[in-house]
Amino acid sequence: MSQLQENAKPLLSVRGLTLDIPLASGTLHAVRGIDFDLHKGETLCIVGESGSGKSLTSLAIMGLLEKNIRRSAQTLDFDGVDLIGASKRQMRTLRGNRIAMIFQEPMTSLNPAYTIGDQLVEALRLHRKVSNEEARARAVELLEKVGITAAASRLGQYPHQLSGGLRQRVVIAMALMCEPELIIADEPTTALDVTIQAQILSLLVDLTKEMDVAMILITHDLGVVARVADKVGVMYAGALVETGPASEVFGAPMHPYTRGLLHCIPQPGKTKRGEKLGTIPGIVPSLIGEVQGCAFRTRCPHVVEACRGEIPERGTPPHEFLCVHADGARAAEGEPA
Amino acid sequence: MLPFILKRLGLAALVAFTVSFISFSLLFLSGDPAAALAGETASGEDIEAIRRLYGFDRPMLVQYGEWLFQALRGDFGESYYFKLPVASLIADRLSVTMTLGVCGITFALLTAVPLGVVAAIRPNSIIDRIALFLSVAGQAMPSFWFGLILIVLFGIKLRWLPPSGASTWQHFIMPTIVLGYYAMPAIMRLTRAGMLEVLNSDYIRTARAKGAGEGRVLFKHALRNAIIPVVSLAAVQMGFMLGGSIVVESVFALHGAGYLAWESIARNDLPTVQALILIFSMFYIIFTFLADVLNAWLDPRMRSS
Repeated sequence: MSQLQENAKPLLSVRGLTLDIPLASGTLHAVRGIDFDLHKGETLCIVGESGSGKSLTSLAIMGLLEKNIRRSAQTLDFDGVDLIGASKRQMRTLRGNRIAMIFQEPMTSLNPAYTIGDQLVEALRLHRKVSNEEARARAVELLEKVGITAAASRLGQYPHQLSGGLRQRVVIAMALMCEPELIIADEPTTALDVTIQAQILSLLVDLTKEMDVAMILITHDLGVVARVADKVGVMYAGALVETGPASEVFGAPMHPYTRGLLHCIPQPGKTKRGEKLGTIPGIVPSLIGEVQGCAFRTRCPHVVEACRGEIPERGTPPHEFLCVHADGARAAEGEPA
Repeated sequence: MLPFILKRLGLAALVAFTVSFISFSLLFLSGDPAAALAGETASGEDIEAIRRLYGFDRPMLVQYGEWLFQALRGDFGESYYFKLPVASLIADRLSVTMTLGVCGITFALLTAVPLGVVAAIRPNSIIDRIALFLSVAGQAMPSFWFGLILIVLFGIKLRWLPPSGASTWQHFIMPTIVLGYYAMPAIMRLTRAGMLEVLNSDYIRTARAKGAGEGRVLFKHALRNAIIPVVSLAAVQMGFMLGGSIVVESVFALHGAGYLAWESIARNDLPTVQALILIFSMFYIIFTFLADVLNAWLDPRMRSS
């Protein structure tokens, strides 16, 4: 990231985003005060295990949370629009227009009753005063852009006539119809065949770069993150435990959890042949009721008494992490500080 | 779409043909029709004479062919009891039944679908509770009892509506409510269940993420998918209602086809029974066919299967 862009006003600014779900057994603190900034054209990858609050965070930005989830934040600002205070109408004019979303399940995220042409055209005509013909022309253009052949004839097809990979291409095209400034992609390739995953992902990344769209990519595939991210946010149990430029987070992971994650996958040059890959012992703690201290302490090899208390924010922006150890216990693991 | 329609049409024709054969053979299921017709005191010669007069001595398939050929031309023979052509007898009664059936299903759909949609949008809300109460009551109350209550209340006590008969449109209000209310609970519950399921589906989330308004999400994206099973159910209920409700027609003294069927069965008037069975089954076949076509239009996945 250039210094200039770091200093510019971010496109999306999140401070202290908290999501609480009231349950019969107590309040589930699904997301606990997360902060991040996203600038124009940047790609932020949010990684973390299932249930760490990644998807809820994305839905919270879109204003698409279930009604029973309580959302609060000091700042949730998209290009000067306060998303917390925004009216339903304001949110509708943003959704699909300036902020688009791509969901995980291409098989079910398109309406089976309408042709893909109708659904693509709808995405544009909800926000722009264009004729049906103009919207169809735009749809054809984007279908070609996402690598669908014979695009014009595809407009009359129904979702069930397309394969999963094709459908996800359609979903991507649909997200791009209004030239959004931000795309939130929630595990866009998880449900696809492995052979298709890489194609779809490069397509998404190339298009966002080409069209200068900022992207929040939610994934648990660290290989993907290493390839495409400008910035990385590591989520654990509802908290962003480490954020920073991708090169720094991968080059010098500070939080013990981040290092644990990275040990779980083979890394060229680091993992020796025949060496066993790491695992993180233990399970994610329950987030029901008051959560005190570091949520990772039950699984962390460097746990100390102070982990039960307030956890300080360490590091220097833009690379920050949450840990009681000033060096994130890097020295204890024999890593250079 | 056209190949689908043709296929369904062919299937419907096959079913209709089978039904016609079954309804014709009913004549022979209850023993010797000539003996039945002649009465208990008839001599063997009388029976023989009647057998020849009505053509019962010919092979069954020949008789069936003749009956079918005439039925296709609208001639169902003569009623044993009324001594009138069955066709004109039924035509008379059918207009009452069809008026009641169309009004009944319209009433049922117009109350059940909106109520089901609202109940699904706000599950466990007060409207959902009221809808549930109405559907349980509708399911639990016998039609004859509900009909009598309405007659006592609106026909006798308040004198707002005529208690029985079929001469004006006011006569049809109470029977419509009773018949429609009988069909309403199932349609309402199915609409609610369908909407609840569809509203939780991924493509509804996609529609919201596109920036679609709530009305568009509900009616364009959700209802079209949720209504598909309701169409099939409504078709069956429509067939049922056009078959005439003996109970409702008796309670309100509407002399419709249902009442005629009951009379003819009681009097062993076989040509009338045969014709009614055939016509009632045709209603079912036609409505099932129409429901299939409508569903195929609503859901493109059905067209290919």
